[in-house]
Amino acid sequence: MVKGEVLNAYWMENKRLIMITLFIWAIVSYGATVIAGSLNNILILGFPLGYYMGAQGSLIVFVILNIIYSSKMNQIDKKYELHEED
Amino acid sequence: MAMDAWTKQLRKIYGIYTGVFVLFVITLWIAESMGLEPKYIGYAFLFGTIGVYAAIGIISRTSVVAEYYVAGRKVPAVFNGMATAADWMSAASFIGMAGALYNQGYDGLAYIMGWTGGYVLLAVLIAPYLRKFGQYTIPDFLEARYGGKLPRFIGIISAIIVSFTYLTAQVTGVGIITSRFIGIPFEAGVFIGLAGILVCSFLGGMRAVTWTQVAQYIILIIAYMIPVVAISYKHTGVPIPQIMYGQALQTIEQKQSALKNDLKEIEVRNIWKSKADELNAKIKGLPESWQKGKAELEEKLKALPAEDPKKADVEKALKAYPKSPEEAKEKWTAAMKEAQAMAKPPKSYVQPPTDSKGMINFLALTFCLMVGTAGLPHVLMRFYTTPTVREARSSAAWALFFIFLLYFTAPAYAAFARSEVLTNIVGQAFSSLPAWAAKWAGVGLISIKDLNGDGIIQFAEIIIKPDAVVLATPEIAGLPYVIAGLIAAGGLAAALSTADGLLITISNAISHDLYYKMINPYLSPSARVKIGKALLLVVAAIGAYVASFKLAIIVELVAWAFSLAAATFFPAVVLGIWDKRMNKAGAVTGMFVGLALTLYYMIGSRFYGVDWFGIKTVASGIFGLPANIIVALIVSRLTKSPEEDLQKFVDNIRYPKGAVKAGAEE
Repeated sequence: MVKGEVLNAYWMENKRLIMITLFIWAIVSYGATVIAGSLNNILILGFPLGYYMGAQGSLIVFVILNIIYSSKMNQIDKKYELHEED
Repeated sequence: MAMDAWTKQLRKIYGIYTGVFVLFVITLWIAESMGLEPKYIGYAFLFGTIGVYAAIGIISRTSVVAEYYVAGRKVPAVFNGMATAADWMSAASFIGMAGALYNQGYDGLAYIMGWTGGYVLLAVLIAPYLRKFGQYTIPDFLEARYGGKLPRFIGIISAIIVSFTYLTAQVTGVGIITSRFIGIPFEAGVFIGLAGILVCSFLGGMRAVTWTQVAQYIILIIAYMIPVVAISYKHTGVPIPQIMYGQALQTIEQKQSALKNDLKEIEVRNIWKSKADELNAKIKGLPESWQKGKAELEEKLKALPAEDPKKADVEKALKAYPKSPEEAKEKWTAAMKEAQAMAKPPKSYVQPPTDSKGMINFLALTFCLMVGTAGLPHVLMRFYTTPTVREARSSAAWALFFIFLLYFTAPAYAAFARSEVLTNIVGQAFSSLPAWAAKWAGVGLISIKDLNGDGIIQFAEIIIKPDAVVLATPEIAGLPYVIAGLIAAGGLAAALSTADGLLITISNAISHDLYYKMINPYLSPSARVKIGKALLLVVAAIGAYVASFKLAIIVELVAWAFSLAAATFFPAVVLGIWDKRMNKAGAVTGMFVGLALTLYYMIGSRFYGVDWFGIKTVASGIFGLPANIIVALIVSRLTKSPEEDLQKFVDNIRYPKGAVKAGAEE
């Protein structure tokens, strides 16, 4: 049986990580959409930045977010000794 | 460490498989250059790929419960990622996505962001906890978490509605692809496609579906990349379309702004405007205008002498004429909307919506698609199949990566196609239309008409159907026919893999969730699997029957499935994991309100002119989702806390270690 305090601390840490993840998630998608008009004045390799964020930029960030979350959680599991036994 | 050996073996098998597939394509290519007819290349792709899927189905046949429902829970993260990607990406993603971007510019990006961003929600809020729970279906989770049969029952109803609307769209897609490329009738195409779907799911359930989906992902991603790489090389000299289409975007913006004040373009736009006004008057004058139009045509037919060559045209027009005033309203409204859109000068391809209504709709649609993605039962179910919680997490990351490969390429397809049209079609004489445009105009995917009669093609005279962009790209790039066949095989793989996942979800909802868990719990394992298999046949037959009507609202059906999933499953599952205080009363009333409100707005805004804040029917979930959450929170706080053991259950699914008691394997 896992102790209540351990579980709470573990869950708080997970929550914090998720809040950061979802904050970035919202900024690169919804945030970037709202200001896409002004971002479009910036050109990179011919891409207007506002369009680029919607078409590719946000997607790249999504992939990175999922990779980071998955590996961080594995570390947090180990830290609290809540990982799966082999 | 047995797992490592297993993963290694899978890598080897799929590596060889990919090599063989590439050889198969090269062989056909050589055969084509030696004079093999395109028709046979089409057959080779159709029967070759379906044959492979069938073979995988036969090899993976099973009657064991855990194998049948969750592929034995031994699908490694990378492979579950590929299977999820194929399960997820439908015919609409493969063939329609790039076309939607071509036509809508920035507005189409709602789909790109929505259908990928949902995987972040899925990865952090749902997937690992569902795996820890470790049962078979989403209704299983609802019952275990909230207690009692009612949550399960609402879950079953929602799963069937959501998956069936989506299934119909996939079966239609299968019919269209096979009939277009092989030249067989639509119904026969549906039949062959269904045979391909059933041979997998019927023989081996989730196990066969999983390993087929991995094979289908490999085919669809190869098929998607080759044409666009070729066209990028042709236009820019660099075969990396994803970073080279910036130049195409520049071309589009320059050419389009030049078209704004072009006199000939304005002339054509005015013709569209008067067409739209004419249609509007006809719609207002219903049902008399329908009567009048019909009478006029019949009159004309009578007046013409039998040998007049025009007679056939009039007969055809009469045949195509709406059968009833209701049908006339539907058809004429669609035509009027098209004419109104064509009457406007082309708007910027890269600018976001400029008015607040457009912006709100864009954000609402993106949100519904994201949340809906994380609530679709056939996708959620895939996360039961990984060996561990750890693998479920990394599998969500892999799934997004594999989906990302296609979605971040789609904008390149769209941009190259649009710049091609603006550069090589607009301003040309009608007599010198490029061959590819003439070919696809022949089957109605592209429409180019000389409205102002000047013999020159204006931009406002070109209508491109969404499907045309991906289908025509091989020819725009000047590739051999074998690539067109490859595209067809890819589209088919996308449609079949999604249909397979949906079919098994519906069949499980009925056989496992409804029959076994609610009606007859004394069923033996082998009888459960048998009933599941029988239901697959029934559901597939109903799906094919509904698809045979070729409903006009297929596009909306898909969007609706997302809104419904967002407004029902997502809150119930997420609150179940994240809010310990959430109880049965809260979850049930929440789901019920979410479902009812979303259905009301969907149907109301589509057919009866209901309009709240200007939100379009495709984003209906934007009301049902928050309503579900708010109602669930309020009701749960007004009623009793969940029982002690349910709270313990929540604690238990939150961390990977150990097993969940309620979720012990059978």
